[in-house]
Order: sequence, then structure tokens, then C-alpha cells
Amino acid sequence: MNNIIKKFLPQILAILFVVLIFGFLTINAQTNMDNRGIDFGFGFLSQESSFDVQFSLIEYSGSDSYARAFLVGLLNTLLVSFISIIFCTILGVIIGVARLSSNYLIKNSAAWYVEFFRNIPLLLQIFFWYYAALRALPLPEKANAWFGVTYMTVKGYYIPSMVWENVNVFLYCGLAAIISIIILRNYANNLRDNKGKQIPVLLYSLAILIILPLLSFLIGGVSLEFELPQLKKLSKISYIYEGGISLPPELIALVLALSLYTSTFVAECVRAGIEGVSKGQKEAAASVGLTPNQVLKLVIMPQALRIIIPPTTNQYLNLTKNSSLAAAIAYPDLVLVFAGTALMQTGKAIEIVSITMLTYLTISLTIAAIMNWYNKKIEIKEK
Amino acid sequence: MFKLVKQLTSLVAMFAVLFAFSTETMAAKKSKTLENTKKRGFVRCGVSQGLPGFSNADESGNWTGIDVDVCRAVAAATLGDATKVKFTPLSAKERFTALTSGEIDILSRNTTWTLSRDADIGLTFVGVNFYDGQGFMVRKGSGIKSTSEFKNGTSVCTNLGTTTELNMRDFFDSRGISYEPVVFEKADEVVAAYDAGRCDTYTTDKSGLAAQRTKLSAPDDHVVLPETISKEPLGPVVRQGDSVWEDIVRWSLNTMIEAEEYGVNSSNADMMKTSNNPAIKRLVGAEGELGAAFGLDNDWNLRIIKQVGNYGESYKRNIADTGILPDRGPNELWTKGGILYVPPAR
Repeated sequence: MNNIIKKFLPQILAILFVVLIFGFLTINAQTNMDNRGIDFGFGFLSQESSFDVQFSLIEYSGSDSYARAFLVGLLNTLLVSFISIIFCTILGVIIGVARLSSNYLIKNSAAWYVEFFRNIPLLLQIFFWYYAALRALPLPEKANAWFGVTYMTVKGYYIPSMVWENVNVFLYCGLAAIISIIILRNYANNLRDNKGKQIPVLLYSLAILIILPLLSFLIGGVSLEFELPQLKKLSKISYIYEGGISLPPELIALVLALSLYTSTFVAECVRAGIEGVSKGQKEAAASVGLTPNQVLKLVIMPQALRIIIPPTTNQYLNLTKNSSLAAAIAYPDLVLVFAGTALMQTGKAIEIVSITMLTYLTISLTIAAIMNWYNKKIEIKEK
Repeated sequence: MFKLVKQLTSLVAMFAVLFAFSTETMAAKKSKTLENTKKRGFVRCGVSQGLPGFSNADESGNWTGIDVDVCRAVAAATLGDATKVKFTPLSAKERFTALTSGEIDILSRNTTWTLSRDADIGLTFVGVNFYDGQGFMVRKGSGIKSTSEFKNGTSVCTNLGTTTELNMRDFFDSRGISYEPVVFEKADEVVAAYDAGRCDTYTTDKSGLAAQRTKLSAPDDHVVLPETISKEPLGPVVRQGDSVWEDIVRWSLNTMIEAEEYGVNSSNADMMKTSNNPAIKRLVGAEGELGAAFGLDNDWNLRIIKQVGNYGESYKRNIADTGILPDRGPNELWTKGGILYVPPAR
């Protein structure tokens, strides 16, 4: 009996404690809000927001609801996180591998890069890219064309936009190409496992990937034109580019800062992963006659990935959460649009902050779930 | 078993802390702001992060401005000393939360009085100490003379969490002009972005534009357009639910305005005690028992006038003499063609 009490009482008390704390916080908040005449409710979400947002992936104007403003902010957060995750991964892998290079210069520049960018606070880096680096860019009318058709200016990066005709035919062709590549790969794997024959999968895949979409242009009636940014006069001294796509400088600065900062951590994860595979593995693989490329692809990487994935997931989560620093430089992310403007205009602090917290939690858990699934997929399958 | 007892005691201790906190928050139900202020010995006042003329700190940390003077007047009335104020600089985004959560007791931060703010979020506006309106600032070289010359694609810098964001949308939408709002949390960031050429125009209350212009690298290269696109009555705000405190702040401001109306100022206030006009005698505490209604002594209004001055003095000292807006415009007394009009103090 004594043992049972000893075993469960602390746990029951702990649960009770947590429940009581939440209950207390709720009641406390409710009493204080009642005293100050603040209503609690989510009805405001369907009201007209009546403010505009600088940059949005979906159609949005001030006559849309607060719920849609939330969606605009959420998509902007996802956009900047997504782009930054891709860049920081590419950069991180390159730097991580470079740190293991036998070339003195490459090895040390990579080490300097890592130490420099990961030891400066992220907010400072964001301010640097936005206020110092991007602000040094020319005004639209003085900008020189990059690659002939794009313009980097203090008001943003202007690139041509694509005007498609019969775009769905093109997309179907792309989809067909991807499906045929998957089939080809399975076929090639079977062939290798059963008959020991190898075919150049990569070459065939590339051919399919190019030929099928190309066919859609030639016989599918697909056409693509580029709309170039054109300089337009706003007043005697101010110009902007019209047509094409404009990437606001806020987005560029944020992506730069987030990817450079996070890539240092990814680089360290990659280095740790590769160094974590014992040297004997590489030597054994070489001794059975695998080429260096095959050694890396078939022996080192599968084992290194198992070490790399979990800590890298953490970095992706950090990056997504760090993207909320966007508010400091006017990038309209979830925090600026929803927990900023919408909160101010409605005064619904508790509702909006809890929605925002839940949203970040959901994004993080989703990323973690995807990475866990990938980790499961590549982990050692004991037979 | 000993370990268990130890765990239990720590739990009990934590609960004790929690409930001690809880009883205190429950007790705050009664209007006790004045009592707490007296106990604390200073008035807690929320101001801007630096808006010349309204609330701005100098190098040694002394705050000046007409918004600051409202808090000083309340300190003079309640504590007898206009210097006993603790100023908390707040961004537009933080200001209401700071007030409703009880971090400050007066918000005097060029805040626009609107229906939703007054009715919705647990705040009460007590009056207007500056009648303002939203305007636009552009570069002189742009040749733009009026808001009607704005074209599609104009980028506009402004502050987050202000009525400005809403007015701007009303303005551009009603004219069918597409624009790019670039919204910053701090006023200094807006100024920096506009200065760097990120935006074609900078919009906020006209008084704010005049004040922020002084912070630009070349103030003379910029001009505020003549149009006013909105009504912005700015005034002090208090928490809902403490009507006595609300009255003290309201009548501290009203006293300053009424003192100007009757020609009572910081240098002649004492002499006015012997005035023939009963209205003036009431203003300097020589007649009636006006202070008793708030639980204050009878010299509360005399102290405001002596220590802070009347509204005209405050305006001249902070806004006119600093060259921000030498012309009082609508902020002139109703007797002189303006719209400053306060209920009689009697």
C-alpha cells in the first residue's frame, strides 16, 4: 500500500498542480478582464479588417476579414521560412563539407564563416542586411540591370514574371515526367537487385525531365512569355518598376539573415554527421571496389544522415520561430500583421496572442513530424 | 517517505505564492489608483518613445512636451509636486496593454480617441489635449504639391498599430490608388526607412510629421502636404473602472485649459486668489470645495497652474517655441477662433 502511494501520489499531485495552475490563470485572466470591461471572444475574426498589407501571397484587401489577414500573415511566415530553410540547407551542406576539406584555405574559410555568423545575434544581422546592406542599393531609376532583365533597388528586387498559356498542359507533362522517373527508378532497382545489371538512371531521368515538358511546348500548345519590369515615373524624382514580380527588400533581408545564420548550425550538424561515420566504413567500402562517389552515396551518407537529421530538425524549428523577428523590419509576417496590427485594431490581446502561439506550435510540430517521418525512413532497419 | 514530504512542502509553498498573488489581484477591483499613487509617491505615466513637442527626453533624461505636462499636472494635483512622475516610453503597439495591465496609470501618448478604443478595450479617454489630423510628407524635389498627385504604386511608410494604418487605407481605397504600405513598429525606424528612400511618402499625424521632420538628415528637403485626411483628437487615457482617477486626470487637463481662458498663468496664479471673478477664484482654490470631490485638498488646481502652467504656456514652451507648429490652428481657445472648449470647473 505504502509503495503504491509512493508511486502514484507525486504524479497525481503533479497533474493536479498543472490543472490548478491553468485553472487559476484562466480565472485570474477572466476576473481581470471583467473588471476592465474587456470581452473575450473570437467573433472579431469575421469582421472587416480595414487595413492593408504590403505583401501577400493571396488576394487581400482591407475589406477582407481578420481571419483572412491572419492567413496572409501565416502564408508570409511560411514563405520566408520555406525559402530560408532551402537556402540554409544548401549553404549548410556546402560549408559543412568544406570544413572537412583537406584544402587549408577552404577548411579555414568555412570555419571562419561558421564562427562569424553564428556568434552575432540574429536581430543584429537582420538589421545589418536591412538597414546597412540593402539601403546602400540604388534608387529604381539608377539601378543597373542584373542579367539584363532584373533590377535590384532600395525598393525591392524586380524580376520578370511569366505569362503562361495552357499552363495546365505543361503541369501535366511535368507530373507525367516525375511519375515515369519513379517507375524507371523502381525498375532499375529491381534489375540491379535481381539480375545485377545497372542502367544509368540519372541520365535517363534527366532526359525524361527535359523531353516531356519540351514536347508540351512543341505540340501541346503551351507558350511562355516574360513580362519585364518597366520603369515608371511616380513624381519628378521618384520611380518604380511596373510589371514583373517585385520582391520587397524586407523579404530579401530576412531570408539573407535567417539563412546565413542558420546555415552555420546546419553546417556543424553536417560535419558532425560525416565525422560520426567511422573511418573503417569508408575503407571497407573502398576495399570492396566501390568508387569514391559510390562510397559517399551508398555508405557514408545513409549513415551520416541518421546523425544529421535530428539536430537539423531543431535548426529548422528555430529558423521558423526566429522568422518572427520579421516584425523588426516591417516584413508582414504573422507577428506583424496579426499579433501587431490586428491586435492593435481589435484590442483582443489574449485571443490573438493565443491564436498566434498555437499557430507557431502547429507549424513547429508539423515540421518535426515530417522530419521524424524522414528519420524513421532512413534509420537502420534491423532484419 | 521523507522525499515525499519534501515534495509536498514545496508544492504547498508554490500554492501559497500563487494565492497570495491572486488575492491581491482580486482586491484591485475597487478604484484604488489614487491611493496607490500616494503610497508609491509618484504618478506612473506612459509616453511615446520620443516625439518632440509631445513627449521627448533630453540627454539627461528630463521629459518635456504637452503630453508630459498632463502627467505633471496630475502629479501636482495629487502629490503636490509636478516632478514626481515616472515616465515609461511605449511603442504604439505596447501602449494599451501597458495601461490595461496596470503597468502605468495614465497613458499620455498622442493617442487618438476613437469609438472602438474607448468602448472596446477597457480604456477611457478623458479629453483632448491636441486636435490633430493625418497628413503626408514627401520630398520637395518630387514636385508633388497635393495628395491628388499620388500615383499607383506609391510606397508609404508608417507606424504599426495606429489609426494611421486605417485612415491610409480609407484614403487610397476611396481614390482607387494602389499603394504599398511599409509598416514599422518604432517611429525612428519609419523615419530611417523614409530617409533612405524606401518610401515615397511618410504618413502620420501632422504634428508628428512636423516633429519627425526635424530628425531627417536634411529636414528642409521635405515638405508636409496641405491636405488633412482624418480627424485625430489626441488625449490622455486611463483604465476603465476607476472613475475617481478618471475625473482627476480629466479635470487636471481641463484646469490647464480653463486657466488659459481666464488668463491665469504660473506667474500670476497666487495674485488671482484675490480676483473679483468667482470663476477665477475657484480655479485657484480660493473659493468652493472643488478638490473634495476627488479626495484632494483645495489647492490642487492652484498647484497645477503654478507648477506646470496653463495650456497656452505649455503649448508655447513645447510646440511653438521649438518651431514644430508655431501656429496653434484648431488648438486655440474657442474664444480666439479655435476649438479648445472645456466644461466649466464649478
